[in-house]
Amino acid sequence: MRDLLHSWFSRLFGLFRKNRRDAEMAEEMQQHVDLLTERNIAAGMMPHQARNAALREFGGVEQIKEAAREQRVWLSAEQFWQDLRFGARMLFRNPGFSILAISCLTLGIGTNAAVLSWIEGILIRPYPLVAHQDRMFALNATTRGATGYTGLSYPEFLDYEKNSTLFESLIVDRIMGTTLSVGDRAERATGGIVSANYFDALGVQPILGRGFRPEEGTGRNAHPVTVISYRTWQDRYNGDPAIIGRTQYLNGVQHTIVGVAPEKFHGTFIGYSSSFWVPTSMQETFDTTGYKLEDRSAHWIEGYAFLKPGATRQQADAELHAIAQRLEKDYPETNRGHDLALSPLWKTPFNQASNMSATLGITMAVVFFVLLIACANVSNLLLARSLLRRHEMTMRLALGAGRRRLIQQLFTEGLLLGLIAAAGGIAVAYWCRNALVLSFPTPAAGIVIDFPGQIDWRVLAVSVAICLGATMLFALVPAIHASHVDLSGALKTEGSGVVGGSGRSRLRSGLVLVQVSLSFVLLAGTGLLLQSLQRMQNASPGFSTDVIVSSADVFSAGYNAERARVFYTQLLDRVRENPDVESATLARLVPFSYGVFSSAPLEIDGYQPAPDEQLNVSYIEVADEYFKTLGIPIVAGREFQRTDDEKALPIAIINETMAAKYWPGKDPMGQRFRVKERWLQIVGVARNANYESKNELPKSFFYVPVRQNFSVSNSLIVRSRETPGAIRNALAREVQALNATLAPIAPYRLQEQVDRKGYTQRLSATLVAIFGAMALFLAAIGLYAVMSYSVSQSTRELGLRMALGASAKDLLRLVISRGMRLTVAGIVIGAVSALALTRLIGNLLYQVSPRDPVAFGFALVVMITVSFIACFLPAWRATRIDPVRALRS
Amino acid sequence: MAKEKPDLVYGTLDMLILKALQHEPRHGLEIADRIRQMSKEILNVEQGSLYPALYRLEARGWIKAEWDVSDNNRKARYYKLTAAGRKQLVAETDHWSRITKGIDLVLSAS
Repeated sequence: MRDLLHSWFSRLFGLFRKNRRDAEMAEEMQQHVDLLTERNIAAGMMPHQARNAALREFGGVEQIKEAAREQRVWLSAEQFWQDLRFGARMLFRNPGFSILAISCLTLGIGTNAAVLSWIEGILIRPYPLVAHQDRMFALNATTRGATGYTGLSYPEFLDYEKNSTLFESLIVDRIMGTTLSVGDRAERATGGIVSANYFDALGVQPILGRGFRPEEGTGRNAHPVTVISYRTWQDRYNGDPAIIGRTQYLNGVQHTIVGVAPEKFHGTFIGYSSSFWVPTSMQETFDTTGYKLEDRSAHWIEGYAFLKPGATRQQADAELHAIAQRLEKDYPETNRGHDLALSPLWKTPFNQASNMSATLGITMAVVFFVLLIACANVSNLLLARSLLRRHEMTMRLALGAGRRRLIQQLFTEGLLLGLIAAAGGIAVAYWCRNALVLSFPTPAAGIVIDFPGQIDWRVLAVSVAICLGATMLFALVPAIHASHVDLSGALKTEGSGVVGGSGRSRLRSGLVLVQVSLSFVLLAGTGLLLQSLQRMQNASPGFSTDVIVSSADVFSAGYNAERARVFYTQLLDRVRENPDVESATLARLVPFSYGVFSSAPLEIDGYQPAPDEQLNVSYIEVADEYFKTLGIPIVAGREFQRTDDEKALPIAIINETMAAKYWPGKDPMGQRFRVKERWLQIVGVARNANYESKNELPKSFFYVPVRQNFSVSNSLIVRSRETPGAIRNALAREVQALNATLAPIAPYRLQEQVDRKGYTQRLSATLVAIFGAMALFLAAIGLYAVMSYSVSQSTRELGLRMALGASAKDLLRLVISRGMRLTVAGIVIGAVSALALTRLIGNLLYQVSPRDPVAFGFALVVMITVSFIACFLPAWRATRIDPVRALRS
Repeated sequence: MAKEKPDLVYGTLDMLILKALQHEPRHGLEIADRIRQMSKEILNVEQGSLYPALYRLEARGWIKAEWDVSDNNRKARYYKLTAAGRKQLVAETDHWSRITKGIDLVLSAS
């Protein structure tokens, strides 16, 4: 085995090393001539005579070198070439075998290459146009006691930028949805609020115009300039070359287009494609919750850092940590417990990276299983074929071929299969690299999802390595096996019985065992994910999702908070008069949306926080009847009323978790807490619900009346017997009665929004189910092939049994029972491995144990059914054997 | 293959080289010298066949080459018998003596 590898590598390198070898040869011969010359001089010749004589004696140096070279290199290269040509001929001679083997491998290598390209394009190098991605890290801001990303404020960001020394640059990129108007056409678009150094730091040069100037980052709303994406330029402006200097309305504010980004640049948010970018100075224009550039308590920044060459992440983390501690001392009110560290891009906390890394990791494992199963299939096919080629092998051995030479030849044939399949697989991956997007829900119209796969030299290199590894796997065992032809025995044995087994059939059974067990693991995993998906879909988020959501974009229409308050109050009144509407309410943010809830540091009457505890709780601004409309039970106190307006006492409703945490054992009713300089009195306690996703842990949360905290953007939530489509016109009428230029956004059921949030689970389940089905199919082919082969090999035995009185039913039972024995053994092995492996997907499971009996039962039933079908056909064929002919043959 | 002398029998050069290396490593010229000397000047190996043969033997793993310094302080590539080469030498010697014995018998028959 080692020898074989060695000879293989020396063959490959022999070709590359040719030049070095040549130089060595030349030197050796030069030395020889020199020695001859010296000898001639010693014999009394003149130096030039001596040299000429030596050269004459030596003969033509080049000819000798050529002859010698042939001895070394071409001998093995030619053998290799010969094997390849022979292999190609063999492939053409057995097209059925070749097509089956190559498609199995193409499937195996292709799925691996596709998933690798996703991992490369989404996690490892998500921003192909960005220079120095290897030094790019996400800024991961955390708060002690809080889980996950808690964000940075803009003043904090500037402090870090000013005080750090190990970074080339720090950039801000806050993604936001907005309304983009060109002419009279308005639509939703995704954009980025970015620091002025954004394009320079990324090394992305706009193809037209410029990036942002340093002064454009500062000054409240002072610089309405924008860089648009290539796609926006093409779709909205038809690629107008004179675009620079034109204006477009973004959220109702006229912006001057100063640049067009390159075609392949989609921004720096994994998952979404940005349509435009504006500098940080324009933040207020795009954020309905107000001006935040000077607010240390508003955590909205998402950003990245580029390390200086040579600086390590550990050093940088230490520096950031030191700055964080200084800030904590300087601004204890807002910065208590805050810290900042770097995250690799694939762990970016604020975009889709962390979701995708778990999903893609599992998918990679699954496609690797598919590859293993495919390899086992090809191995099986090669083993079967080696029996057909027994004659050829025997002949070769008898004629004096070494076993090693034989293995080399068979291995080269395997490599040929592998290489063809690798080429096919990479082509498959190339076509599929953008397919991931298809399985994604679009969050809203106008938003472009961007999950590109990337096929670069790294993906190619790993794919080729996979191909070579696969070749080792599938070709080596049959090759070694085939070279063990027993010269005399090969003529004698005429195949094995159905029940017993020769070494070869034991090997093939072993391969099927591997396939069955791997498929079982995948099936069990698929079962778990599907079940978890179903549980999640059925689980109640704690509110009714059967309500209809709509809104009117008054923010883009230039409304301020006061106008918006009047508008929404009137709209709510009008909608409630509609006989189809059971109840209606307002909320600043819809649960499970992609927006961010308000949050603020709290001060709680009678609660003494721990020294480093940061009391920061999220809340939502809602109108009266919110709890009635969404069906959230009020467990104590009362719901909001129409009269809880700006003139009334500021109040709040808290959830059960918050009540239990800050008022343990007490009645929270009538207690007070302070938010942003205002004391709120608790008037009710609401049942816990989910706020952002179904797999979040119970957390503290409270509600305040929207009339006491009005902001421009609000959503209308309606409970109605009608469908969203039917209610659309009625809504449009009401909105236009208040302002003829406004149109409501298309109403949708809250359920749709909730479904979108479960995409990670759905995606994992979809991918695992697709690849699991592939694996199952391949394994079934393997089982079928082995069973039909063993039937065809034991024709004589079956014929004999028949002649001795075995009925068709007996034969059927005999053949099927052998197949099922293999299956059951495979399932046992698979079940044991699955128990160990499914724990790894625990974090993707929702209220399902990794050892869930239903999922395992599902895998068992599917596996047994499929195996039975795969065995039945060959078994049925066995019963058709004509005993007379079988015995005579 | 040999100059003005009887031709080297085809296929024997490999064996002669192995034999020349039996006791100590030598470089190309020394191998040629050694064969000439052992054959009492009857066999003269031409450089044109020597080097291809050396590389062939090296590729088969019967000899191994290393750069070293010669007696007169010159860099040279020294060839050494490997264990496999030593076995090969014994095998070829046996084979050769059987053949020559056979040929002798044929030629001496009357």
